[in-house]
Amino acid sequence: MASDEITKMVVLAESSPILPSELALRAYELSTDAVVKETCYGLIVTGSEQAVNETIEELRKLDPSGIFVKDRGFPPGDSRRCRAVRGGGPRPGFHQLEKESAILPSISYGLETIEDPLDVKQQKKRDKLKIDRFIEIIEEQSKEDVNG
Amino acid sequence: MAKILIFPSNSLILSDLVARFGHEPLTLMRVIRKKITEVGIDSPPINVTPEDPKKGLKYAAVDVPSGVRGRMALLDPLIEEAEAAIIVHEADYSFGCMGCARTNELVKYIVRNKDIPRLELVYPTNDDEARVFVRKIRDFCESLTHKAEVIA
Repeated sequence: MASDEITKMVVLAESSPILPSELALRAYELSTDAVVKETCYGLIVTGSEQAVNETIEELRKLDPSGIFVKDRGFPPGDSRRCRAVRGGGPRPGFHQLEKESAILPSISYGLETIEDPLDVKQQKKRDKLKIDRFIEIIEEQSKEDVNG
Repeated sequence: MAKILIFPSNSLILSDLVARFGHEPLTLMRVIRKKITEVGIDSPPINVTPEDPKKGLKYAAVDVPSGVRGRMALLDPLIEEAEAAIIVHEADYSFGCMGCARTNELVKYIVRNKDIPRLELVYPTNDDEARVFVRKIRDFCESLTHKAEVIA
């Protein structure tokens, strides 16, 4: 691989209506010089910096808040990372991706509602329990216990 | 555009959000790419150059486990370039061996001692926390943009 080539991972949030195959089709339609590999979580895009960035910019338009991108050091299919060559097992970096994928729908929701004011009800819920209310609960509970 | 050190340095969420809000994330993947594609550097694990131990020794003494110094050699260019930092605590996947744990502590310590703007957060676990998380990162990135404009 030429040293000026870069690789980026395009990861879809679980909440996104887009499928990795749709992303791949769109990437082929763009016909940039970037090479695209479809994966279970999205795509791996590799090529010159300009081609990769152009491709990703267009792909993002499909679902701006549900598509996440990060750099990747190794090119796709690199024998130092490829499971077929290394004898199976999770690819280094898999666990990190798995953990972060789990909260991508929440991050996606955060991006969609970034301009909305924070819910006042939700903020109130987090307030500490007032001592007066706590005493009331104890009294109510003790009455119930006596009656029961 | 500011260069923002993110921690964990391979985080998908942080690198995406920082880039989305108009700044350059300093990630470990770029350092790795350089290590494996630069002409004249061998394939891992024999791609340690004579410069790497020196970089590691900048941060930790010779009697500190070599794993810490090795990791610091990779993180050195990121720390050197950083103009701001976003540190996220309680990332499950950054859990690892003692080398990882001590490196994580050391990186946070160095960043805190560096005179740069810093944002410290905890990984969100639900939608409401994620909203606050995203908003704080957006506000931090915007504050850096305004600062850069004032200096220029």
